[in-house]
Parts: sequence; C-alpha cells; structure tokens
Amino acid sequence: MITQASPQTEESMDTGKPAPSRTASIGTRSRVSNKALDDRGFSETVGDITVDQPRMQTRDVNVYYGDKQAIKDVSLDIGRNEVVAMIGPSGCGKSTFIRCLNRMNDTIEGCRVTGTITLDKQDIYDPTLDVVQLRARVGMVFQKPNPFPKSIYDNVAYGPRIHGLVSSRMETDEIVQRSLERAGLWSEVKDRLTSSGTGLSGGQQQRLCIARAIAVSPDVILMDEPCSALDPIATARIEELIDELRENYTIAIVTHSMQQAARVSQRTAYFHLGDLVEVGETNQIFTNPRHRLTEDYITGRFG
Amino acid sequence: MTPKSTQNPQQIEEHTVKRFDQELDELNSLVLRMGGLVQDQITRAMDALREEDPEAARQVIARDHVVNFMDVEANERAVNLLALRQPMGRDLRMIMSLGKAVTDLERIGDEAERIARMTIHIYEAAGSQPSHKLLRDTHSMSSLAKKMLRDALDCLARLDVELALEVAKGDAELDSEFQSALRRLATYIMEDSRNVGHAIDVTFIVRSLERIGDHAKNISEYVIFLVKGKDVRHVSPESLDQDFLEQA
Repeated sequence: MITQASPQTEESMDTGKPAPSRTASIGTRSRVSNKALDDRGFSETVGDITVDQPRMQTRDVNVYYGDKQAIKDVSLDIGRNEVVAMIGPSGCGKSTFIRCLNRMNDTIEGCRVTGTITLDKQDIYDPTLDVVQLRARVGMVFQKPNPFPKSIYDNVAYGPRIHGLVSSRMETDEIVQRSLERAGLWSEVKDRLTSSGTGLSGGQQQRLCIARAIAVSPDVILMDEPCSALDPIATARIEELIDELRENYTIAIVTHSMQQAARVSQRTAYFHLGDLVEVGETNQIFTNPRHRLTEDYITGRFG
Repeated sequence: MTPKSTQNPQQIEEHTVKRFDQELDELNSLVLRMGGLVQDQITRAMDALREEDPEAARQVIARDHVVNFMDVEANERAVNLLALRQPMGRDLRMIMSLGKAVTDLERIGDEAERIARMTIHIYEAAGSQPSHKLLRDTHSMSSLAKKMLRDALDCLARLDVELALEVAKGDAELDSEFQSALRRLATYIMEDSRNVGHAIDVTFIVRSLERIGDHAKNISEYVIFLVKGKDVRHVSPESLDQDFLEQA
C-alpha cells in the first residue's frame, strides 16, 4: 500500500529551470525555525539538506508501519559520487529511510510511504515505474552477507542475465570478472568461480554481494550495515572498496559504527526517533555538530 | 535524554560510559593544577626579582621539573583518551584544546625559569646593582601578564567565552607595554653605558613577560575553539567578537 505523492510536490521537483519558488520549496531550510521545539529540543533539520548535483532527492518523506510513524518529514539530497552515511540510535529510522530509496518497504505489510522520492528527477513511487528496474538502478547490500546458494560465477551473473544485459557467454564472463575485480575479490576467487558462494569467508561473501550489486551497473548502492558481521580486516577492505566505488556510484550507507561513518562518508545525516536532526559535511558533524542531539549521540551521551 | 537537559542547554550531560567522564575530568584538573603551578612560578620569580633574592630564584628553577613532569603526564593522558575513547565533537575539541594548553603552560613555566635565571645574574654579577628605574617596567608588565594568565586559566576552568575574548584582545596592551619598555631600556643604555649589562638582562625579562601574555592569549583561544568549535587563532582582534562566533 503506497500512497502516491502529491502531484504538486512532484511538479515542483520536476521543473527543469530553477524558478524562485523552487528554491523555496527544495532549497536549504531556514535555520530560524518557526516550529516549536519539542521536549528533545528538536524542531527541524539543521544543516544543508541539498547538494549541487543530486542523484536522489527526498522531500517530506513520512513512513508508517500501521499506526506507528517511523519517519517524519525527512528531506534529503543524495549527491552523485558521494557517500552519505546515516547514523543514529536503534529505531531512529535510518534503515527505514534507505529502504525507501529502492522501495524495499513495499514488501512490508502495512507499510505506507508519503512524500516525494526521485532518482534523477524521476519519481520512484510512480505507479507506472517498474520496481524491478528501479532496484537494478538502486542496488542494495545487507547487514548479513546473503549470497545465493549458487556458484560464485552465477551469483554475479544472475542480475545481468535477468535484466538482459548480456547476450553471450563471453559478455557474461566479462561482466563477472569486471564486477569481481571492482569488488576486490577477483584475485581470491578466480580459480574457483564454480564453487559455491556460501563457502567463502564472511568478508568475501560480503564483497561477493557487492560484486553482485554492481554487476547490473546501478546508479546508487544502498548499504545497510554492511560490515557489522565482519572482522576489522574485512571491514577495512570493504571501506577501501566503498571509497573506490564512490568514483562511479552514489552510495548511501547505514552504520551503527560512528567511526565507520566518519571514515567512509563525505556527508553524514543524523536521525533520532524518526526525525532527520542534522545533515552536514562529515568533518563538521564529528568535530562540531550544530544540534545538541547530534552532539549527545556522537560523544556517547545517550543513556 | 531527560527533559532536564532542555531546560538548561549549557549543562553537559554525562557520558553513558562513566569512566570516560572521569578520565576527562582527570585531564582537566591536571591541566588546571599545572596552570596554578606556573602561575605560582611566575609570581615567585617576579618576587625574587623585586626582593633581590637569588635564593628564591633558585627555588623557582628547581621547581620547573615539576611543570615538565605534569606536561608529560597530561600529554600521555590526552593520547590515551584519543586512542581508547575515540572522542568526537566537543569531547574531541576539549582534549585537543587541553593538549595544546599544556604546551603553552609548559612554555610559561620555562619563561618563569628564565626570569629566575636573569634575577640570579643581575644580583650575583660583579659590579653595581641595577637602578630601580631600570626595573620599573618589569613590575607593570608583570601585573598585566599575571592578570592575563589568571583570566586565561579562569576561562579555561569555567569555559567562559566572554572572558576568553577579553584575554585574547587584551594581549595588544601588553605588547605595546613591551614596545615602550624596550624604548626606555634603549634610552637608559644611551644615557649611561654602564647600564648595558643590566639592561640586557632586563630585556630578557620583559621579553619573557610579553611571551607569557602570548601564551595566555593562546589558551583563551583554545577555550573559544573548545566551546564554539571555531579556530580564532589568526582572526584579527578587531573582528573577534560574539557576533563573529555566532556566524555559522
């Protein structure tokens, strides 16, 4: 059950030329808030939610699980070739938010999404849009490595095959090798491409999942705590990989490790109880956050 | 998050890990104790000069190793905090600021030692004692420098940005006192060349006092960085005010 975004909002985001009204609707929100502070000291997002070259834009996104509201009026741009990290305590809505970006929430019973989310200015909740195509453009890597119980080769080849990106064995070979190379796994598995993907180590499995995600040449890669099940060395390899992938992809990562967010991202968004509290350059967020709630969280002051 | 914290936005809540608070407090109080010690070193060094007491000056020199020891200790604590707690935000700024303040305090300790050495040199040298005229500038500069240091340590203890701004701006006064002291010393030398030896010693002393003001200014700038997250070390004194600090 997806509630359609209001056409008016959509129109304002689709306008090609920047009209003055557009700046008002999707520009930086005023820092002087006219909303009342709630008992946490929150009124609205602090910091610049916009970027110069947005790949994805979300505006006033609300997500409800039944009666419960998981996300409240979240507006955020995700820029090209940048890594955006979502941080916040459990239940703050950060995972829910990135799951909206490729409509993973469609699969959850009773989940309702309102607001506008666009990918390259196209509304991704448009009913005529093919969700399978969307997910090919917006790939996802999960917390637990989840390779298919198939060979390493087939794990990577699966996406390109079902999306018809390959027509010959040679093309498939090429795409599999390139994807595994980009994921930094090729040298480790090139001699055993036919053995099962589930037989790899945890870190290798996660890189296999990343190879699988990039095999279909997505624009955006969403990562939901990709390193939480990995050891520090495997984590470092994934982080190095994220930094390399940034050249070609837009990456949104949810992480419980603030150090990881600090290491891999250029922008950081801090969520608390469903609100996007603060967005900013990662440097600024971790050295001099503007909002009290962000400060309390990153310095370890939440009970 | 308790409602209490919204009632008083200045109040800093405790860390979830209590030991972290304790370690930060320990570093903070070590730095403040070190500040108290160097303040005392300056006072004693200047008293020894005024009271013509080389023995008291020797005690100042002997005590400098305590300052150095505290410097090493504070540095070690700061490094450990960085490595083991991975501080962020205000905590990170606090540790960096305290770590830098320690360096300035150690240098102030060195200046106290230098003043003490000059005192010994002046009163134990063969020949005549210096005229009081020659020493007059050291007394006025000393009270200015000591006030700056006291205020700097005060604003560090209370994280008082208002006072920190005052200290940072106040350095210009000490600098101009230093310039006029130098001019007067040059005049004394020209008046009577027998003054040269003492005048050189006194030049070192006023130079040390001027440096103490610079270090006090640095410390107050670290306080501003700590509280406001703004590096104001190279901002001109004219544009340095509350409005500047509130700009995003």
